[in-house]
Amino acid sequence: MGKLYDELCKDYRFKEGLHTCINCGTCTAICPAAEFYKYDPRKILDTIQRKDEAAIEALLKSDTIWYCGECMSCVTRCPRKNGAGLVIMALRNLSAKLGYFTYSEKGRQLYPLTKALNYNVLNLGYCVHPSTFVFEDHPESGPVFQWVLEHKEDVYARLGANFGKEGPGALRKIPQEDLDELKAIYDETGATERIETVEKYSLAKAEEMGMTPDEYLKFTFTHCSKGHFNNE
Amino acid sequence: MIYQGKQKIWSDYQKEIPDNHWFYVRSCIRQSFFPASEGHFVKIVRDLLGKDLYETPHHTTCGGIAYHSDTIPQETAMTIVARQFSLMKEAGYKNLVTSCITSFGNYTEILETWREFPELETRIREHLWKACRREFDKPEYVAHASDVVYKLRNEIAEKAKFRLVNHETGEPLRIVEHIGCHYSKMFPHKGVGGAEYPCVLSGMVESWGGKVIDYPERRHCCGFGFRQYLVKANRGYSVSNTHKKFESMEPFHPDLIITNCPGCPYFLDRWQYVISEQTGKTYGQNGHGIPALTYEELAGLVLGYDPWDLGLQIHQVGPEPLLDKMGIAYDPARKYLGLDEKDIMKPGLPTVLKCY
Repeated sequence: MGKLYDELCKDYRFKEGLHTCINCGTCTAICPAAEFYKYDPRKILDTIQRKDEAAIEALLKSDTIWYCGECMSCVTRCPRKNGAGLVIMALRNLSAKLGYFTYSEKGRQLYPLTKALNYNVLNLGYCVHPSTFVFEDHPESGPVFQWVLEHKEDVYARLGANFGKEGPGALRKIPQEDLDELKAIYDETGATERIETVEKYSLAKAEEMGMTPDEYLKFTFTHCSKGHFNNE
Repeated sequence: MIYQGKQKIWSDYQKEIPDNHWFYVRSCIRQSFFPASEGHFVKIVRDLLGKDLYETPHHTTCGGIAYHSDTIPQETAMTIVARQFSLMKEAGYKNLVTSCITSFGNYTEILETWREFPELETRIREHLWKACRREFDKPEYVAHASDVVYKLRNEIAEKAKFRLVNHETGEPLRIVEHIGCHYSKMFPHKGVGGAEYPCVLSGMVESWGGKVIDYPERRHCCGFGFRQYLVKANRGYSVSNTHKKFESMEPFHPDLIITNCPGCPYFLDRWQYVISEQTGKTYGQNGHGIPALTYEELAGLVLGYDPWDLGLQIHQVGPEPLLDKMGIAYDPARKYLGLDEKDIMKPGLPTVLKCY
């Protein structure tokens, strides 16, 4: 492993996202995350441009890099064609690879995200799917969606979907041969290794925090400490 | 001369959209939350307007949500997309149309990155071959499904049964549009009107008789933020951003919100419910919310499809005030029936937001 800055430079999102930042702060002004979280993309780019290894390591272990919503509003507005959101993606990638994500509360959320989304992709062929959308985890989906989930087969059939069946159409069953190809892509391109890395560091952190894997999963999905927001 | 100058400038914001022969890839979110929207897109484009739109059951998620939630490496996302291109090549198509803005952004970002770094494209071709024994051609055109509806908006207007006009007053409906961040914020030249003059939705609204209302936070994110919604602990970010938009549009009294991205109508609908439960505030008239529709749903209403066939009953904000304004007849008793008029009970009602 080389220096952290050198590792970042290998990431294409970093190459595209950071040219010559003039620290004008336009990215921070337009940023939806900066308005509510204690988050300042201008400062992040400033830190990285200084190539201070200790400061970059601190960033990789911080909550800060996990506040961005990856909306990429910053890309449109930057007068120098930088993309703070792209730099954030490179930082998160490195934090995941090195296990630094477990040092911060927001970073530890990578565990429930990795488990849920990759389960859906590899087993269903979808990132999001009603069969794994649990109302108790999503009360904001409202009584109408609680009703949809309780009557999935009927509602989706009524609305013309091909729910869980073979052939084309909305919510069709993805054939096993196609799921096998997705798994082969995961194995070939490093996603399987990434899932194992996130699992390894997360379970070690769970043990350190005195939690079972299930308790840790639930805790990281639901717990929000005070202090993340600007008004706290 | 000045007019020519403006024409020249405006040409930078136009996008070439082929009007036929499309390879269609679906959206994880739209299928889950607005399945009838995709169904009606196919119905309108293929059956009503006679265009060639092909879908293979072998396509999958593009992985965009997993990618933007930072759970898979960039090369994984690229190879999944390369596999979709391979399916398109097999089917003999060159124009890709995607139902999802995250996917549209993902496809666009990948093609632009390969253009800038050709060695990465070469590596992805190797990955796809090793993993799946597949080869691919890059699409000649990538469009979002709304680009296709924009292209066909005047043909839809010619067949319209209803217009976006208050049938009692004759006044155009007041409509706010939300094009979604990944449609044109990353690559403005890939969206109709770019990021500055978004007209993919406003073009539809104007063709169908409505009036587009500008408001200060028109371009602000809907609040999805991937991990900021998907993780329960982070949803304060999501609702706060959507709340900011509602507060900004409220003084303009919109009759309707039309959306581009499949996630945005979910957030612009459901956070109205949550805000009403938390604060007692509603943004529509007389305790109702502001209906937030997909562009396929709006096209369907204009063309006279039944609101319950379009799936408007699975929005939390009731569509009835909009239907009443447009003069669209509907049967309240059929709203929550299942297939073949099967009784599958009704959802519970919110405590504040007026629904039927």
